[in-house]
Amino acid sequence: MSETASRLRGKDLLGIADLDVSEINLILDTAEAMKEVASRPIKKVPTLRGKTVINLFFEPSTRTRTSFEIAEKRLSADTLNIAIAMSSVVKGETLIDTALNLEAMAPAIMVVRHSSSGACHLLARTCRAGIVNAGDGTHEHPTQGLLDAFTIRERKGRIAGLKIAIVGDLLHSRVFRSNILLLTKLGAEVWACGPPTLMPPELDRLGVHATTRVDEAVDGADAIMMLRIQLERMQGGFFPSLREYFTVFGMTPERVRLAKPDAIIMHPGPMNRGVEIASEVADGPASVILDQVTNGVAVRMAVLYLLAGGGENEVAA
Amino acid sequence: MKLLLKGARVVDPASGIDGIRDVLVDGDRISRVDTSIPAEAAVGAAIVELGSSLVVVPGLIDMHVHLREPGYEHKETVATGTASAVAGGFTAVACMPNTNPVNDNASVTRFILKQAAAANLARVYPIGAVSNGSNGEHLAEIADMREAGCVAFSDDGRPVATAALMRRALEYAGMFNMPIIDHCEDRSLAGEGVAHEGFHAAQLGLRGIPAAAEDVMVDRDIVLAHATGGHVHIAHVSTAGALRAVQAGKSRGARVTCEVTPHHLTLSDERLRAPLIYDTNLKMNPPLRGTTDRDALLAGIRDGSIDVIATDHAPHHADDKRVEFDRASFGIVGLETAVSLGFDRLVHAGIIGIGRLVELFSVNPARILKVPGGRIASGDMADITILAPDLPVTVAAAAFRSKARNTPFDGWSLRGGVAATIVGGRVVFANTAVPQAAGLERRERRET
Repeated sequence: MSETASRLRGKDLLGIADLDVSEINLILDTAEAMKEVASRPIKKVPTLRGKTVINLFFEPSTRTRTSFEIAEKRLSADTLNIAIAMSSVVKGETLIDTALNLEAMAPAIMVVRHSSSGACHLLARTCRAGIVNAGDGTHEHPTQGLLDAFTIRERKGRIAGLKIAIVGDLLHSRVFRSNILLLTKLGAEVWACGPPTLMPPELDRLGVHATTRVDEAVDGADAIMMLRIQLERMQGGFFPSLREYFTVFGMTPERVRLAKPDAIIMHPGPMNRGVEIASEVADGPASVILDQVTNGVAVRMAVLYLLAGGGENEVAA
Repeated sequence: MKLLLKGARVVDPASGIDGIRDVLVDGDRISRVDTSIPAEAAVGAAIVELGSSLVVVPGLIDMHVHLREPGYEHKETVATGTASAVAGGFTAVACMPNTNPVNDNASVTRFILKQAAAANLARVYPIGAVSNGSNGEHLAEIADMREAGCVAFSDDGRPVATAALMRRALEYAGMFNMPIIDHCEDRSLAGEGVAHEGFHAAQLGLRGIPAAAEDVMVDRDIVLAHATGGHVHIAHVSTAGALRAVQAGKSRGARVTCEVTPHHLTLSDERLRAPLIYDTNLKMNPPLRGTTDRDALLAGIRDGSIDVIATDHAPHHADDKRVEFDRASFGIVGLETAVSLGFDRLVHAGIIGIGRLVELFSVNPARILKVPGGRIASGDMADITILAPDLPVTVAAAAFRSKARNTPFDGWSLRGGVAATIVGGRVVFANTAVPQAAGLERRERRET
């Protein structure tokens, strides 16, 4: 497999599953250049000038939508935000009809978040515009995976050979699915830990070590990635109580001490303090949680640039 | 009108026939089956030379279809559904009651039969609801529906909701020696699932329906059938565990039979990822299971523990499928692909012979539903299917006689198909791609 891709093969970014290692490295490398843009006094390049990007969010989102919007503006794209509450979907229009109507206005890219797994694939088959998956159901959240990998690489200098523990609600997490695909492709040793009621079947076939013992997962880890417990899952009876969850799976300073001394703590947010993560850990010296947010803009700039952008000199300009 | 079918291989397991025979049809009955019937013994008959490359079998019976009428005529009607049936080689279909209104009373049953008579193609055997509105609470008027023409009872689309209701249904329908057909799915386990709970659904982020959701209810039903002496027929078995339960139930004397669909025999959940990812034509209930389940079903076809192949023909409008996977309707059409899939994937694959195929598609459905058919013998109703085992078939959904196009098999190249379908002595379908069917086609045109 080539390690020196110069562009992405497809018009879309639907998931990590579709990317090969060279494409992943291309995105991460490009994101480094994009991060440099953020350090300039004027944080803007003309790369996507004259191109329209529509952020089509069928699910509530603040962090991801804002991150994409900032990325688009820094690339000088014309951006348009459409949220479910304003859309004609509430009037009964189908997803495809909504997308085709928007496409008639000639956007270069549509950034889509949707509650149904595979919704972005449906749109990608239907639309000429590039589709960027900003989270589809419980399937994938590829830019989150990429920004997580970028953050790990930035801190550790590499990903191959690292032990990375992912702890939390594995079953419902699109972040988890993107991350295990990405981190295993890049050669990390990934441990997945959570209550068995929140664990997808046949996890071992995904190339990860599955365990319900959090101490085993974090033992000697280079990075610990916590996943959010969605409080609405309590209705499903997946575990007895938030108190008990924190006791068994919560990331405490004592558990962090089992990891390598220079281990980093990650969380895609939003966090439930005292449920999946103790405040001392979230705010502690090992936490890179806010770095992830910063890096998210750079990674999303890289993705948009590679899907719709121009040449290297435009970034450097 | 008389019709003499000459020189074809006749396969009729019920009569123990597998050899070259002539079959004389007189009116709506078979009047003679013999190694050779001279023309002078068939005066006035249209003589059709079929030849030994074609196979004459008892008319195929699909005991699990959805004709959608009344209520969902935009998906299918009794007329289009039976046109699809005869094009697929089926002389009779049994239709499930989840129409709108539900077929839970004699007037709906009579309406369906009236539409079937008007269409005048395949025979239609309505299946009545077990409970009023199929809502799982009170027994529907089973005796009344039986009198009107229902041949079995089912809340299909849903399971028979409670063990208590199932027990009563088995006891009450048992009074008439009629089967309860159950869609076995524990809803509390299935939840909002849309695909088989396993590796592929996990990676695609699709909510899973565990195999256990089917297995526990099959166990429940068999325990109750054993306790009541009633006959339970397990619809669309899809898991290895459910099949093991059926086998165990049979061995200990419970009155249990079961069916599988062609799609559960030919596909597995791997298809959710390729060649087309999230293809809603692969969304059905029960879902496509894992390869070990599919292999177990194939073994059950081979060893005789599965009684019937039924299509669960579930037509939907394109609008119901051209949406997000978890919002798409469950089900695929099956009437016009079943025989070709059976030949290609079972007979030509060396899993079973044509005789066993006939048992699965005709003899056993007739026996379970206690309806005419399943045999080619003098005096029987002339419901006959003529099969072309080596016919190259390319599935073309656009050409289906069904109103619906929701199939995952579109474009598949298969070996084996239907040459003609004869219902009550009348040729209701003749395949123009089969040269020997030309004579039958002319006869069909004269009569229609």
